[in-house]
Amino acid sequence: MQRIPCPWCGVRDEVEFHCGGEADLHWPGDEGSDAALAQYLYVRTNRKGVQDERWRHLYGCGRWFLLARSTIDHRVLASWPPGAERPLLDEGAP
Amino acid sequence: MSGYRLPLGGLVARDSPLRFRYDEREYQGYAGDTLASALLASGERVFARSFKFRRPRGLVAAGVEEPNALLEVDDGWGPTPLVRATVAELREGLRARSGRGWPSVRIDLGRVLDWCGALFPAGFYHKTFLWPSWRWYEGPIRRLAGRGRAPEAADDARYDWRNLHCDVLVVGAGPAGIAAADAASASGARVVLVEQDFRIGGTLLWQGGMLDGSDGPAWVDRAADGLRARTEVRVLRRTTAFGYYDHDCVLLVQRLPRRADGRGPRERLWQVRARRVVLATGALEQPLVFQGNDLPGVMLAGAVQQYANRYAVAAGRRVVVATNNDGAYRVALDLARVGITVASIVDTRSAVSERLLDTLRGTGIPVLAGHAIDAARGRGGVSRVELVRLQQGARAGPGGSIACDVVASSAGWAPTVHLWSQARGSLAWHEALQAFVPSDANGAALRAAGAAAGLVSLGDALESGRDAGAAVAAELGFEPVATPSPRVVAPTAHEPVGAIRSTPDAPGSRRFIDLHHDVTTDDLALAVRENFVSVEHAKRYTAAGMAPDQGKTSSLNTLIALAQATGREPSAVGTTTFRPPYTPVSLGALAGRELGGRYKPLRQLPTHASQVALGAAFDEFGGWWRPIAYPRTGESPAQAIEREVRAVRCGAGLLDASPLGKIEVRGPDAAVFVDRLYPQSMRKLAVGRVRYGLMLNEQGAVFDDGTVARLAHDHFLLSTTSGGVSRVLAFIEECRQTAWPELRVAVTPVTANWGTLMLCGPNARTILAALGGDIELANESFPHLSVRTGQVAGCRSRVCRVSFTGELGYEISVPSADTEGLWQRTMSVGSGLGLLPFGVESLLMLRLEKGYLHVGMDTDGTTTPDDLGYGEAARRRTGTFIGRRALSRPANVDPQRLQLVGLRADPDALLVVGAHLRLPGMRVGSDGFITSAGYSPALDRRVALALLRGGRARRGEVVAVHDGDRRAEATVVETAFFDPKGDRAHG
Repeated sequence: MQRIPCPWCGVRDEVEFHCGGEADLHWPGDEGSDAALAQYLYVRTNRKGVQDERWRHLYGCGRWFLLARSTIDHRVLASWPPGAERPLLDEGAP
Repeated sequence: MSGYRLPLGGLVARDSPLRFRYDEREYQGYAGDTLASALLASGERVFARSFKFRRPRGLVAAGVEEPNALLEVDDGWGPTPLVRATVAELREGLRARSGRGWPSVRIDLGRVLDWCGALFPAGFYHKTFLWPSWRWYEGPIRRLAGRGRAPEAADDARYDWRNLHCDVLVVGAGPAGIAAADAASASGARVVLVEQDFRIGGTLLWQGGMLDGSDGPAWVDRAADGLRARTEVRVLRRTTAFGYYDHDCVLLVQRLPRRADGRGPRERLWQVRARRVVLATGALEQPLVFQGNDLPGVMLAGAVQQYANRYAVAAGRRVVVATNNDGAYRVALDLARVGITVASIVDTRSAVSERLLDTLRGTGIPVLAGHAIDAARGRGGVSRVELVRLQQGARAGPGGSIACDVVASSAGWAPTVHLWSQARGSLAWHEALQAFVPSDANGAALRAAGAAAGLVSLGDALESGRDAGAAVAAELGFEPVATPSPRVVAPTAHEPVGAIRSTPDAPGSRRFIDLHHDVTTDDLALAVRENFVSVEHAKRYTAAGMAPDQGKTSSLNTLIALAQATGREPSAVGTTTFRPPYTPVSLGALAGRELGGRYKPLRQLPTHASQVALGAAFDEFGGWWRPIAYPRTGESPAQAIEREVRAVRCGAGLLDASPLGKIEVRGPDAAVFVDRLYPQSMRKLAVGRVRYGLMLNEQGAVFDDGTVARLAHDHFLLSTTSGGVSRVLAFIEECRQTAWPELRVAVTPVTANWGTLMLCGPNARTILAALGGDIELANESFPHLSVRTGQVAGCRSRVCRVSFTGELGYEISVPSADTEGLWQRTMSVGSGLGLLPFGVESLLMLRLEKGYLHVGMDTDGTTTPDDLGYGEAARRRTGTFIGRRALSRPANVDPQRLQLVGLRADPDALLVVGAHLRLPGMRVGSDGFITSAGYSPALDRRVALALLRGGRARRGEVVAVHDGDRRAEATVVETAFFDPKGDRAHG
């Protein structure tokens, strides 16, 4: 039962949220190559360590935001609104 | 030869006798007994038959680690199978049954499996019972292997979930736990102390020692009073902390006795968020391994001591204490003190310290150092042990034989590190304890104290608990308050645990390493020979540690034996991964109150009462409770559907279509926004017009469909399928927030705000006119695929002229509170014009006759607009839309894709959903399948839609239809079977 910090509502239980998967996906545009499209649709980094993810506070304010979280111990480092600058993080031991 | 109640002592209330039944016989025990202690006191020796070999088994332990005595117990909540008798609290009127055994648990004909034991080594099922088909063997094996009966009656008990926040959670109320709770709460922290037993105190209840001049139980009572007096302390007994989850969340399950008034839950699941957790979970004693170590009467030494001291039960009359550590000597002393004969102490260590021998002075108990039990022998229970002398860890000749009816066996105490490991804490091998102890918490807000941290002696445990409690309180900012440790008189420092726990090179194959799953050391040797040398592989190959006891008295012996067999150190072998739950948790506790209607609430139509009054047959569609059809007396559902379909085509039909999703999009950029959501262009849609649209995901696959109605220049009303509402809404919101945040739009779901009635058929316009209102209904003023707002039957209304049935049709939306009134009014106005209500199944048949798409049935999650015949519109339009780029992927333009076609066949019996299609000349594989099918009243034959490889180019071709073993032929035709030009909807 992770606790996720919504940038607007504060720390709430995981059940209020929907995880939208990895962030940092590059949308190639309507003129992009097939390879770039496949990368966007299907290829994920799946990092072992701190990873940026997209989350939505579905049963709260309903907003999408970004989250830095360790996939090893599920430690949450920071969350920020889309479009805002990613905070500098001390990622510590992975 | 068997157990008996001691005349004095123990913590049982001799003035509260309790009667209970076991296997239909009457027994008596006392308040404070467990079912195990009461049965042991009554002389029961054989409690179960073992899992694989059906060997007789007796009690081994006194706590949750019991591997044998799993009984069916009814303590007021109904019969529950697989309850450990050692934790079942005795109650008046309790009924219990032993497990398998035919004709009885004492004399079991299943024992024949034991004599064939050589045929069933570990993993035998991978290699046997395969020919001619494993299905032959499954039934008999299941019947033989079963444990207990599953309850047949529904469980009427209630289960609750509670949330709990605290500063410090202390798991385990033994000496360390009580000391930690005391120290933390003394400084003002909010403390929750949990204990799985029905009394707090842990080892203080039976392991002896004096604290400040009182014995253990008396000290515990005083400490409990002290804790009870503090308002910020909550003590939960009969509560197991069974799992440590993310972000320091701990789940507890609390068991409650059934009350006389029948109220109250059976179990409570507590979800605890503690700022700090102290694990004072103690340690579990491990057994020695020798031949015959599964005979009834062979028990853990600490258990024999607990039965004697806490429950006043002698497990037998003549005990041999077998050990490799100091702790068991105290057991011998306690037994001798209450009059049980201790025939000998057999110690595998070559030398025993003088200090230890001094404690036995005057008792006359002989000590045989440098000896091990070679074999325990007896029929139906142990009657003697044969010893072997040890020299440098190897056999050095016979060591004599001793008559006994109980072997109290101890190979040391292993800290209970399950929760620590679940929290991702690391473990380190402790050479002196010959066990794993907690080392690094790795970021979890967790500490271990007492025996759980490897500090087994009473004084050390108390002190470490006090230190842990004070430390966590200080970390949280509370002012430390000194809590003095009691003056302790108890055996303290121990010599290291001996390295030998398994009698070396003993002959014969029945040295059990896991009693629960009948796994022997030979099975482990077999695993090693087959190269399953990793601890995780060896566990799964032999099934050791995989039973409900999860290896509490076997995992350590298994990994040490594995280490020896492969020439590694135990620290190199490591433990298997610890996973919750620590002990079994009922599904009821996990479900809580989310059952039935609360688990899956069904939504009702706004006209529900009218539907019931009309005699509708209901079913669930996409979370809504809707009429399938309205069968009249004597009509089958199929006949009702046929009648309703004809009625709609000939007269008119009415259906409550409120579940259809409705989403409003408004704003200066609404047209730009909506245009990007569909492959069909919506930007130029005129005000007052409606257009059908498919909804694509980023892979270009259709996941929903609906209509777009333009109410004003900057105001659109989108409709979705009734099952797809939340999916589509989430999708639109994601686009709005993250893809195009610069567009100025507001998106509002209004599905529940408006009720919608679908009125369709040749007489629809007449009926709508008869309802009264201010909307111009003439065909030229209100053509097909338009939307009008105004008044209908006195209600504010939005009317869309759309048709899912292919008939002239209107979807009339009114504020949901007005829907039922409108339904009644329409039914009454239309009764003279052939208006009938029709249900969802009838609707699906009407749309099928027209070849209209039903997303989810006629699409398979990869289906693109082109596959459905909408490819041109997507290709020709300008402007971006979701899925545009994906539609030109090579895989999406392959002409051999599955494409939607119609099928016609005579005979047509095989046109059923799911039947597979095969192109001419193909002998294997499938070239598509039927997605929708049914009997069409208009055409008097069955019709079907199908996805067929390269289907659109195959009009007129014949394909084979396969349904199971049956085969037929069908011709590929257009999807619209009835009224292909669509004239009727435009009328």
